[in-house]
Amino acid sequence: MTYVRPKFRHPELKKNKLGYTVSYYEGALSTLCAGCGHDSISAAIVQACYDLDIEPHKVAKLSGIGCSSKTPAYFLSNSHGFNSVHGRMPSVATGANLANRELKYIGISGDGDSASIGMGQFVHVIRRNLNMLYIVMNNGCYGLTKGQDSATADPGSKNKTGHVNTFQSIDLSSLAIELGATFVAQSFSGDKKQLVPLIKAAMKHTGFAFINVISPCVTFNNNVGSTKSYDYVREHVEATGTIDFVPEMKEITTDYAEGTMEHVVMHDGSIIELHKLAQGWDPHSRISAMNAVQLAKAKNEILTGLLYMEHESQELHDMLGTTEKPLNTLGKDVLCPGAAKLRELNATLR
Amino acid sequence: MKPTDIQNPEYFHKVVDCQYACPAHTPVPEYIRLIAEGKYTEAYMINWDSNVFPGVLGRTCDRPCEPACRRGRVEEEPVAICRLKRVAADNKGDVQQHMPHGPFASNGKKIALIGAGPASLTVARDLAPLGYEIHLYDEQKKGGGFMRSQIPSFRLPESVLDEEVNYILDLGIQKHFNQYVSSLKEILEMGYDAVFVGSGAPRGRDLPDLPGRQEGAANIHIGINWLASVAFEHTSKIGKKVIVLGGGNTAMDCCRTSRRLGGDDVKVIVRSPFAEMKASPWEKEDAMHEDIPIIDNHVPKSFVIKDGKLAGMTFEKVHAVYENGKRKLVPTGDEDVFFQADDVLVAIGQENSFPWIERDLGIEFDKWNMPVVDAVTYCSTNKKVFFGGDAAFGPKNVITAVAHGHQAAISIHLACEGMDMMQRPAPHVNLVSQKMGIHEWSYDSTVSDDERFVVPQADKKVTLVNRKQEVELGFDRLHGFKEAQRCLNCDVQTVFTESKCIECDACMDICPTSCITFTVNEEEDQLREHTKVPAHNKEQELYVSDILPTKRVMVKDENVCLHCGLCAERCPTSAWDMKKFFYNVTKAVNACQQETVM
Ligand SMILES: Cc1cc2nc3c(=O)[nH]c(=O)nc-3n(C[C@H](O)[C@H](O)[C@H](O)COP(=O)(O)OP(=O)(O)OC[C@H]3O[C@@H](n4cnc5c(N)ncnc54)[C@H](O)[C@@H]3O)c2cc1C
Ligand SMILES: Cc1ncc(C[n+]2csc(CCOP(=O)(O)OP(=O)(O)O)c2C)c(N)n1
Ligand code: SF4
Ligand code: SF4
Ligand code: SF4
Ligand SMILES: [Mg+2]
Repeated sequence: MTYVRPKFRHPELKKNKLGYTVSYYEGALSTLCAGCGHDSISAAIVQACYDLDIEPHKVAKLSGIGCSSKTPAYFLSNSHGFNSVHGRMPSVATGANLANRELKYIGISGDGDSASIGMGQFVHVIRRNLNMLYIVMNNGCYGLTKGQDSATADPGSKNKTGHVNTFQSIDLSSLAIELGATFVAQSFSGDKKQLVPLIKAAMKHTGFAFINVISPCVTFNNNVGSTKSYDYVREHVEATGTIDFVPEMKEITTDYAEGTMEHVVMHDGSIIELHKLAQGWDPHSRISAMNAVQLAKAKNEILTGLLYMEHESQELHDMLGTTEKPLNTLGKDVLCPGAAKLRELNATLR
Repeated sequence: MKPTDIQNPEYFHKVVDCQYACPAHTPVPEYIRLIAEGKYTEAYMINWDSNVFPGVLGRTCDRPCEPACRRGRVEEEPVAICRLKRVAADNKGDVQQHMPHGPFASNGKKIALIGAGPASLTVARDLAPLGYEIHLYDEQKKGGGFMRSQIPSFRLPESVLDEEVNYILDLGIQKHFNQYVSSLKEILEMGYDAVFVGSGAPRGRDLPDLPGRQEGAANIHIGINWLASVAFEHTSKIGKKVIVLGGGNTAMDCCRTSRRLGGDDVKVIVRSPFAEMKASPWEKEDAMHEDIPIIDNHVPKSFVIKDGKLAGMTFEKVHAVYENGKRKLVPTGDEDVFFQADDVLVAIGQENSFPWIERDLGIEFDKWNMPVVDAVTYCSTNKKVFFGGDAAFGPKNVITAVAHGHQAAISIHLACEGMDMMQRPAPHVNLVSQKMGIHEWSYDSTVSDDERFVVPQADKKVTLVNRKQEVELGFDRLHGFKEAQRCLNCDVQTVFTESKCIECDACMDICPTSCITFTVNEEEDQLREHTKVPAHNKEQELYVSDILPTKRVMVKDENVCLHCGLCAERCPTSAWDMKKFFYNVTKAVNACQQETVM
């Protein structure tokens, strides 16, 4: 019985700039069902962090409850982690981020976790433009509690028991665009070629980056009639374009037809290379992005790729004017300036 | 690339690196699993069927399987395959009940085997149960060939050799020992249906032209002759100061034997650099452990004689220079060096010699005076005369001699049955799923982290005073078990069914050694660049599926697959399965059974 992963790795694994092989970014052996889309997303996160030469101890993974929310155990074993209460990951992430702005925050949630019990938290973390990557592993059901329809299940979609959903579905990406998220993308767990660069771009983004990843639940929602099955998604997927992440100072060589190519230079000098496929879509316009999503929906298509991106945005710290440094690096006298300072402050409020 | 044809048994055979590398293709992982299960008798019989001398080979084999072992590509050391064989031999129960028992109904055919080494003994074992009358000739008083006359008892106890030689002689073999065959013509005239020449490579090389060779003759010995004379107890002493010339395994046996016969100051002196010596690394280690220095880059120049007696030797110092991959030993210009010696053993190689084979018997010899032998049938240009072992293609080792013996036996049988010798019987193969549950396999899929265990040795104080005291003590059962667990079960194959795959990537993501990639199909060279980790070990195959629904193919680089079964456990649709592949080279005995089935 194999409940442990062998310790051996390919002897020719390449090291990244930090001298780590990709295996340094792995997590514990997953306990999710064999073939669960969530595991693929974990693998994509591992790949992205390795590629970006991210120091694992400078990452905090946060999640709520659900199969999806279990995944932080299965990637980045050498990072910080907080498995919070159902639907409450955003507030824990907000608190952590305010206390230490130097870490990279990866929030993992499910469609149940975000679109039902955690909806209130979800919308507010978007409004506040918290500097984090927020991934929803969206399978249209509550996997962990045996597959009940979730709020993202499409009307007409049939689940494993044969029940057909009659309620309207919540489109998390549209909602995120609407509420002012500054990076919104959609992807499919079965398409790492698209997902890995999207995660990389999102991690380089300053502000709230949201990726809604359709991630089939093989056990409860991969049946014929479900709109979140591997087969259905593959048949209906359309991409806005391809995205490539180019580390800084690398020469750009890809050759595309005039007008379809765009380079977005990120804060640290790295570049996102966008090759647009969707007609009339402008990723920097909320209206255009919203249109593209709705148009695709009308055609029964699932639009993937980058949807919207606001390059120069003010993240929460900027808006609040908080201290530049993590709280744990400030001395006691700074954090707790004493009674005199308090009196001074109170006086200004009288 | 074209989809891999897994119906061809050679594809999966090649994945079982150890078995593939073994000249006799012993089903290695199968017997290692049996050892782990404590089924020593069964493990022994798997070996006996393939390599005939498990107890001998578990101590002395050249182990071509070990450098091939996949484990050696994911960590420092391969599995101790050879020494595990010994664990089976040491702990076995009654094996004879599983062996054929005579008397066998005669088939009216008569075969002569010249030389009673491992090659001939294998032919005897394979053919006797089919009813052949077998006549075994050897000039020595007992069977075993070089296994008896050359391999010293401190590496191979006589009792172990006797036991395994006797299993064969007990099949009703007609022994003609103490009988040197001086004419093949005479043998052929005796009406044998076939003659197998397994006479080895019995002539040790000398340095006839080196100054002082004649005068010092009384104290200069040819290594292999000297070892035989020790084995047959004609020699029991040697001088205190001994020089052994040569860098192969014979030199190692000579120097270590000298240490046991009174040599206190024994040196090995070799022309080539240490790293390029022919001796196996473990043989060199064992010699050095017995306080024998190995002096490399010294070319013998002369035997020095004082008062009519050997006093030592002089050597020219050289260093190796490489030109277009060719090595040249170039004098360093330093002064020649002198080493004292009471005796010198010349162990610089052996060669074939067939003075007893007349050249007018229809057996063609090439320009090196070697018989022309077919590499598949082992038949010479005389259709009744077969060659195998060291006699066929020059000095090799025991396991190669055994492998030749099996094939020659098949040829002899086919010829005697009037069938075409080139129509070789197919191997016996079997491919069976090991799945028992979601996380359960009928093999132990967990990969052990243990490093290779060291075989314990007897104390030098004991071994150096008794030539017959075996140095290696073998693994005990516990360490045998632990070492067996290091085996990766490379015969449990990952088998892919594309029609079941939903391309969820689970197998690719879970594989600890990045073996699996889903990508667009390309020619092999490009595909090798585009696997998750570039597949640069071209000796290892790529397993490529047919085109999948997303227009990609599954490509598995077999190179460092741990056979851990995780891909199959992670696959939601059982598109991967772990199937045990059993491959057994057909021997003459089963070849006969196959014919009756057909
Ligand atoms: C010192 C030394 C150590 C070795 N150690 C190892 C080892 O550890 N492991 C290993 O795998 N291999 C070892 N080898 C090699 C191995 O012994 C041989 O490759 C192997 O025994 C060859 O088998 P064979 O059947 O071809 O013939 P042999 O074993 O050489 O047997 C040939 C027999 O034929 C007899 N014979 C020859 N001509 C005639 C004739 N005209 N009439 C009658 N009889 C005749 C000889 O007396 C001999 O008994 C060693 C070799 C040497 C020299
Ligand atoms: C406060 C609270 N309410 C309800 C639950 C029961 N519960 C556990 S997981 C889950 C739904 C998870 O769905 P989702 O977030 O989509 O995750 P998935 O398992 O589908 O990945 C629910 C309702 C809970 N754990 N805590
Ligand atoms: S129940 Fe569904 S979501 Fe949960 S692990 Fe299994 S397949 Fe994945
Ligand atoms: S058995 Fe499967 S998972 Fe394990 S190493 Fe081999 S290919 Fe990878
Ligand atoms: S786990 Fe199975 S279904 Fe999934 S990609 Fe691998 S072989 Fe295909
Ligand atoms: Mg869900």
